[in-house]
Amino acid sequence: MKRTMIGSLAAASLALGLATGAMAQQKNITIGVSIPAATHGWTAGVIYHAERTKALLEKAYPGLKVLVKTSPTGAAQANALEDLTQQKIDALVVLPFNSDELTGPVAQVKKQGTFVTVVDRGLKDPAIQDVYVAGNNPEFGRVSGQYFKDTLKTGDVVVLRGIPTVIDSERVDNFEAAIKGSGINVIDKQFANWSRDDAFKVMQDFLAKHKKIDAVWASDDDMAIGVLEAIKQAKRDDIKLVVGGAGMKDMVKRVIDGDKMVPVNVLYPPAMIATAIQVTVAHFYGGAPVRGTYLISSPLITQANAKEYYYPDSPF
Amino acid sequence: MSQAVSPTPARRLGWRFDMRALSPFLALAALLVLGTVLNPDFMSVSNLTNVVTRSAFIAIIAVGTTFVIASGGLDLSVGSMSAFVAGMMILFLNAMGGAEWTTLAMAMGVALVLGAACGLANGLMVTVGRIEPFIVTLGTMGIFRALIMYLAAGGTITMASYEMRDLYRPFYFGDVLGIPVPVIAFLAVASVASLILYKTPFGRHVVAVGSNQDVARYSGVPIARVITLTYVIQGLCVGLAVLAYVPRLGSATPTTGLLWELQAIAAVVIGGTALRGGRGRIWGTIAGAIILEVVGNIMVLSNLVSEYLIGAVQGAIIIIAMLVQRSLQQRSQ
Repeated sequence: MKRTMIGSLAAASLALGLATGAMAQQKNITIGVSIPAATHGWTAGVIYHAERTKALLEKAYPGLKVLVKTSPTGAAQANALEDLTQQKIDALVVLPFNSDELTGPVAQVKKQGTFVTVVDRGLKDPAIQDVYVAGNNPEFGRVSGQYFKDTLKTGDVVVLRGIPTVIDSERVDNFEAAIKGSGINVIDKQFANWSRDDAFKVMQDFLAKHKKIDAVWASDDDMAIGVLEAIKQAKRDDIKLVVGGAGMKDMVKRVIDGDKMVPVNVLYPPAMIATAIQVTVAHFYGGAPVRGTYLISSPLITQANAKEYYYPDSPF
Repeated sequence: MSQAVSPTPARRLGWRFDMRALSPFLALAALLVLGTVLNPDFMSVSNLTNVVTRSAFIAIIAVGTTFVIASGGLDLSVGSMSAFVAGMMILFLNAMGGAEWTTLAMAMGVALVLGAACGLANGLMVTVGRIEPFIVTLGTMGIFRALIMYLAAGGTITMASYEMRDLYRPFYFGDVLGIPVPVIAFLAVASVASLILYKTPFGRHVVAVGSNQDVARYSGVPIARVITLTYVIQGLCVGLAVLAYVPRLGSATPTTGLLWELQAIAAVVIGGTALRGGRGRIWGTIAGAIILEVVGNIMVLSNLVSEYLIGAVQGAIIIIAMLVQRSLQQRSQ
């Protein structure tokens, strides 16, 4: 027994020596990734990109292990964080369900000396995070508004809002600020909960209420799909264009194909989780300073650049 | 529990034409007047057609809910079940490929059979498993919702063939003599359902079980079978609603049918069916489903309140409509 143990120890050290000799770069690092379970298209995209990046990076760095955990609720995510800590992670990449519930649990992980990267939804205490990667909601609204101002110049626009949240308010407020001073009027605004079905209903009602609508800011691709269906049903030809947002593959495809009703999209990429994982890995392997805040732009997707943002294999 | 079951079903039938049965329709009429006052466009044919067509999903599902509630049960799973059945139907269409009428007919069959099977599962767990319907259907609500998320990987299940979408589209957007297909569908469903509930022994058994299970048992009503069948009818109605839902947007998502169970229950109660069972009103349920949709429509069409307060006003209108109904009923007694 003793002999075999010594034997295997020797073998192990030999293997280790060989490994370090062969690849001086090899370093064993484990990164935990905690994200919400897929409850709608966007989070499904987050999972897709997390898995894609995991495969990519584990191949590039042989000592690297990326553990992806999804959780259906905030409380479940708090538990998942504890489970990940048990597995001795060196870094945590977390897209928190919500700021209030998860600030404490993430702070606990930080206390163990773990490198923490927070994605998209900020924590109550920004001191916890080493890296913060987020989408730019004010810019999302601003870019959309600027497009309306530049192309439409004047006219009556209806707006579909998402779920009443800070994210939605930032987008809508900045959209309205961007069109200020132009000839564009927002003649109506309603919440449609980032849902196709609700957007279909609200758009039907807008069409009944307003005899002339020049354009629709659906502010989200799921809602844009419901809006387009309602317009098709009403056979109205006064509406020149519908702008969604987020970069859903079906809508990006329409931009690529040159659909007149859907000339552009505005990005709010679920792939930001990939950025977060890459930056975190760079901290361990790259030797470059990475601590800081990364704001992912919300560029305008046009026919010219749409291919760059098209992921045909993604569920979103 | 101890109130007497009315001695003869025939006399109960006579009571159906009183104020009580009429009141949901009066509430609906009042809402129509309110809508017209707030925005004359409300009364336009296209708007009213839209609203009534939209109410078809809840109306059809709520017809099934009327049976379940009349027999003293409850089904919280119908919203998730709709999403699950819709997802399975689209997956079936995509797997078969092509755009043949026969394929579509088979897919419709799949939806109906799957709906009925889901309902049967609920029913058997309530009757054979002897678990409270609230718990059974709360459980299956979670199961069906998780299944659709799993099938869609959180994303969207979309009909792949554009030819099939064009073939299927008239089932939501088409009309016969100006009446939209979904409206014809819910009128047909309600007609058949009222025949079953009011004119067959099974229908009388449903009401008897709902008003007093013990009395029904002593009278020789096959309680387990009756209750199980009400859930099967509910599942079948979900399948029928899905047939009208899928052609609208051609897709199912994890948010499909969210909170439909509450809307269906609300439609049934607004329609005059007692939540504790023992009474079912099919046509009242239809009026209830339309009322719910009209209230939402009026809110968007009027410029009364900010978009933040719409939920509050909607809630208030529904409660006021119920109060008006109640006072009408009391006056008639």
